[in-house]
Amino acid sequence: MTATVAPPSVPATRQPRYLLDREGVLGPLMLLPAVLYIVALVGFPLVLAILYSLSDVTVGDQSIDLIGFGNFTAVWDNGTFQKALRNTFLFTFASQALVLVLANLLALILSADFHGKRLVRFLILLPWTTPIALAAIGWLWMLDSVYSPIDAALRSAGLLGPDTPFGPLRNMLWLSKPDLARLSVLLIHTWRTLPLATVILLAGLTAIPQDVKDAANVDGAGFWRQLIYIRIPLLLPIMTVAVLYGVIFTFTDMTVVYVLTRGGPIDNTQVLASWAFLKGVEGGDLAQGAAIALFLFPVMAGVAALMLRTARRTETS
Amino acid sequence: MATVETRGLTKHFGDGNAAVNGIDLASTDGEFLVLLGPSGCGKTTLLRMIGGLEPPTSGDVLIGGQVVTDLPPRARQIAMVFQSYALYPHMSVYNNIAFPLKAQKLPKTEQKQKVAWAAGILGIDQLLHRKPRQLSGGQRQRVALARALVREPNVFLLDEPLSNLDAQRRASARDELQLFQRRVGTTTIYVTHDQVEAMGMGDRIAVIDQGSIRQLGTPHEIYDDPADTFVATFLGSPPMNLVPRGGDLLGFRPEHFIPADVAATEAMATFPFHVHREEYLGAERLIYGEVGDAKAVARFPANVVVPAAPGGTYDFAVRRGDLKIFNPTTGLRTDRPV
Amino acid sequence: MATSVPPAPAPKTPPVTAPRYTGLETSPGVARAKRVGARGILYAGATFFALFAALPFAWMVLTIFKQDTDLYNAKHNPFVYNDPPTLDNVRALFNETEYVTFVVNTLIVAVAVVAITLVAVVPAAYSLTRLAGRWGEGLGIGIFLVYLVPPTLLFIPLSRVVTELGLRNSKWAMVVVYPSFTIPFCTWLLMGFFKSIPWDIEEQAMIDGYSRLGAIWRTVLPIAIPGLLTVVVFAFALTMHEFVYALAFTSSSAEKTISNGVPTELVRGDVFYWQSLMAAAAIVAVPVALLYNVFLDRFIAGFTLGAVKG
Repeated sequence: MTATVAPPSVPATRQPRYLLDREGVLGPLMLLPAVLYIVALVGFPLVLAILYSLSDVTVGDQSIDLIGFGNFTAVWDNGTFQKALRNTFLFTFASQALVLVLANLLALILSADFHGKRLVRFLILLPWTTPIALAAIGWLWMLDSVYSPIDAALRSAGLLGPDTPFGPLRNMLWLSKPDLARLSVLLIHTWRTLPLATVILLAGLTAIPQDVKDAANVDGAGFWRQLIYIRIPLLLPIMTVAVLYGVIFTFTDMTVVYVLTRGGPIDNTQVLASWAFLKGVEGGDLAQGAAIALFLFPVMAGVAALMLRTARRTETS
Repeated sequence: MATVETRGLTKHFGDGNAAVNGIDLASTDGEFLVLLGPSGCGKTTLLRMIGGLEPPTSGDVLIGGQVVTDLPPRARQIAMVFQSYALYPHMSVYNNIAFPLKAQKLPKTEQKQKVAWAAGILGIDQLLHRKPRQLSGGQRQRVALARALVREPNVFLLDEPLSNLDAQRRASARDELQLFQRRVGTTTIYVTHDQVEAMGMGDRIAVIDQGSIRQLGTPHEIYDDPADTFVATFLGSPPMNLVPRGGDLLGFRPEHFIPADVAATEAMATFPFHVHREEYLGAERLIYGEVGDAKAVARFPANVVVPAAPGGTYDFAVRRGDLKIFNPTTGLRTDRPV
Repeated sequence: MATSVPPAPAPKTPPVTAPRYTGLETSPGVARAKRVGARGILYAGATFFALFAALPFAWMVLTIFKQDTDLYNAKHNPFVYNDPPTLDNVRALFNETEYVTFVVNTLIVAVAVVAITLVAVVPAAYSLTRLAGRWGEGLGIGIFLVYLVPPTLLFIPLSRVVTELGLRNSKWAMVVVYPSFTIPFCTWLLMGFFKSIPWDIEEQAMIDGYSRLGAIWRTVLPIAIPGLLTVVVFAFALTMHEFVYALAFTSSSAEKTISNGVPTELVRGDVFYWQSLMAAAAIVAVPVALLYNVFLDRFIAGFTLGAVKG
């Protein structure tokens, strides 16, 4: 039954040269640099930000003296903050609603074959791949109060100028009129996040298994029927993920507003992120800046949780 | 001496169930030992623990009499061939085979010699400069074996190396493998779920189910003297017939289930066999039916005329020597000296 | 290396020869008209979206070569070159502004950030896919979620950290801080790659005589080169995009990067030198777009948490 008993060799706990072979040791060791970085440069600052928001830190007085929730109430009572809060939600959800519709259309278009498809695909991506600040600069010029080409086009179409629907001025003043300025920011956010949503949706579309489509064809379902009863329900999880990303990138963005209008005219395009920046960096009130930025957190956390759940469900389906 | 031994080897994965449940196993030197069992029975986990790829929860592994439980694979003097052959895709066949020698820091000239030797034995001298993706399944198997051979290990561990081959190739690959092992004479532990492979190749077979060895023995012992109903029904196609009678479970192989008048001895058990249908398989004929409530199958060579037509009930019998008795609740053999 | 476009299924045409008799048989002519109509809508839609996306860039590029006398003349048709196009503005960009400094800084920061990212991400991704068991996937997603923590929240305390480290107003501040978002994103990305490499190759190498580290170096990494390349590309792209930290940490031209410097520095007083500004933006936009295009599928697989294969 059993072999002859032989003297056992030295147990491994006393063999340090094999230490790095133990998964229990190697695993955490390999994770260490990344985790350290994250803890030091994300975790720690996060805690610090919360501390700041509960204190009276300014650029001048760097000591952290806790004062409770005073900053939050002060911030909340501020009119500009309320504007910023409203704008943040407006820009985010209006733009993403638009993106949802447009991305679906565009993804459908791109899932078909046609001449020049590669070129279109490349062009479609440009708004997303260009660094945000540079794209914003491009739009700054595009929406210039004197030289905007959009104005020029409207003028030639007879829609702008004296005695016209958009007149009487010869320019729309996109960035100087509050409503138009908000519309511009909204437009740019939509323009910028559309590519990402589209590409994610497109990938989801092509991932619909062929046999599902085949079965639908055999069952006699035409184009629209397939769309409504098959494709869209199957795409719902992916759509959710795409929209959630758009929400995150729009909700927390300060670059577009900062470069385009600095939050103007008169704080009418201010968003939480840009307001926090202006207060914190340019105003020097670190505590209030942190408090304002922290208002971003609940929505972000909610979005992240939603995204996790949807992604998990996509994977298991 | 290159024997492989496990003592009380156990492996629990996170979810509580024991994949391997206190297995005691001992091979002899140079034997071809097969670990046979259905998917998920723990045979691969057992092999991996022997190889050092999976740390056991408890128990010990001994190779050549030395306890190697805490040693990493490279310190165990073993070679392993995976189901997928795990050829390094970015290296040529030569470099694949030479890889273990490089790890030993052997001088280049010696490497060349050994690779040539191993390639010669496996007949792949012409393939040395090719890349794995250019090889057929059978060729890849030979490269994997050459790589395993080249360091002259004490033990070969093979994890279902034939399952990736298509059916035709499998028979000839089986033949080659066995010749190879006989020629080289290294102790080999071979995992498979295919009982034909096991019976055809193994010196001894360990039949494993749910983490435990049900029986360890030669193919002859396993087939003719099964230790429990699992072994009895796992080997043999169609499996052993099991019929309850008088508080026991009687077992008999389909080929031992013959018409009563043909058996014609006093030392036999008779059964009323109600026939449902017949299958003609070319070399043999299978008769399906029932004994009482239990299903039963009888097997005959095709050139024998069987006096049993569907619909009828006939007196069939099994000679005493061919009858095995099992305990209906535990499944264990009751008429076998332990 | 990832391919760019997943093959698209054949276009849907309405069933012409379907045996469904509705009573109003569609003649071949009507059916073809329907198909042509559908194609027409397709092209119209594609054109609309292409224009919507690209027009600002077209305008950008057009502006670059316009002379001042042409650009700033309200009576001129802005869509054509009324005066001949010129390269003067591009030359001015390179010779008379800090643009080249910005580009150099961006490259230095990018290379350093990519290096740090690789060093941290490769072992982390390996550990999470191979060594962390069931925790691996969850931790990986957790690390990815760190990427979503907005810089607009962290830049205030990070400014303090940067100052404490003596890196105020230096590009090295960015080198130190940027990995805080490239690492989370790229770890998740690389995990996707490692997951697709079969385990048995490393295990075979360990059997063949190498330690785990040796096995990784000799077998996993060579096979994972496309994945490593993707990490390099995205760490690079993320670095190029970043604005908030750059704006917060650097104030002098010598230390700024493109993303930060162009919107702030290429404005003299209140005067915007638009043509040069547009050139500055366009020069960067195209290479980055090309890079993204090549690696898009992996990017998407990473973003959708692997739910959609690239």
